[in-house]
Amino acid sequence: MFFPISGAHISPIYLVIVGFVIGILGGFFGVGGSFIAGPALRLVGLDWNFAVGTDLAHIVGKSVVAVRQHRAFGNVDLKLGLIMAIGTIAGAEAGAQLIQMLKRAGNVNFVVSIVSIVVYLSISAFMMWESRKTLKSQRRRSSTAKVKGLTAKKDKSAFSHVTRAIQRLKIWPMIALPTSGVKGISLWIILVVAFVGGFFGGFLGGGAGYIRMPSMVYVLGIPTHLAVGTDLFEIIISASYGTFSHAVKGNVDILIALVMHTGAAIGAQIGAISTQYFAGPKIRLAFVPLPLIGAVIVIYTLFTGHKL
Amino acid sequence: MKKETASTLRTFAIELAIYALLVVAYFFLVLHFLGQSLYQLETRHRYAYAGVAILLMIGQAVLLQNVTTLLLRFIRGRAG
Repeated sequence: MFFPISGAHISPIYLVIVGFVIGILGGFFGVGGSFIAGPALRLVGLDWNFAVGTDLAHIVGKSVVAVRQHRAFGNVDLKLGLIMAIGTIAGAEAGAQLIQMLKRAGNVNFVVSIVSIVVYLSISAFMMWESRKTLKSQRRRSSTAKVKGLTAKKDKSAFSHVTRAIQRLKIWPMIALPTSGVKGISLWIILVVAFVGGFFGGFLGGGAGYIRMPSMVYVLGIPTHLAVGTDLFEIIISASYGTFSHAVKGNVDILIALVMHTGAAIGAQIGAISTQYFAGPKIRLAFVPLPLIGAVIVIYTLFTGHKL
Repeated sequence: MKKETASTLRTFAIELAIYALLVVAYFFLVLHFLGQSLYQLETRHRYAYAGVAILLMIGQAVLLQNVTTLLLRFIRGRAG
């Protein structure tokens, strides 16, 4: 199939399958999936600029589907999502500015590659340690407990003592997040978490859900199911902003994004429904390979010089 | 339990098959006609194209979700 905007010839079946896989990951983990979509689009010959912009456009559609599904399950904190969107957009701009500075210095590829490998590996290692520790302590407490439906949302974390200490920081203004079960937390902490996520998104590319989703659980103390749903809601806003910005620069082939989204629409629903059958620590443990895949892709491009 | 799973999988397979047909029709009818007009818009009016791109994406998301929900309801209704 010929796509006139980017001038690319790509099989629509390939795009639908890629969209479907990323849709499942997005619906289940609350990530955009750009670490897979970008290389998958590059693999069929789409230029980098179009791969990045088009992927963002497809993320908007996929997140709308997943959020509607998560909202039906009560997994979206709209107040938190809107606040985080502000911090994310500011962070994304700061990350993009740093990229421009490194471009001028002439060592952008090396620095970004090293930082991303360190970040991806750290997230995977930490989440594996925490979720396994939580699961072990839960097994000790109740070996017969069954996880199904709403009971799966009662979240436990081996890192909760740090989360509670963060929530005790009284930096004005304090806000309550009743949907997420947070009685009081400083607005600044939420904005910093969102800013850091947005910064890495702007710096390393993509929506940075692999940083924001764990940060929401460990730093803000949001239950995993709500973190997934709210992160997706926040992604709609930040990815729309990114899509607009890239489309103005001529980096979006919306026809490719629309075709990809036909697969993602089904995948995102399957992913979102599946979260209802897993407890928070299990979702976090299953999340571990995702940043690792990102790290492997970066290591491959660093050593071979190929840009996937 | 196994019977229930088999029934869910069968419903899902039927839904996928009907959905695939709808998507193929969509590729040929809608995208074929939209292609040229979107290409013209992208080359001449970038800001309008950016806005239309987001609206199309959100519109398709809402539409497809409603289609899949309706399909599922229809198939389950017939099966039950």
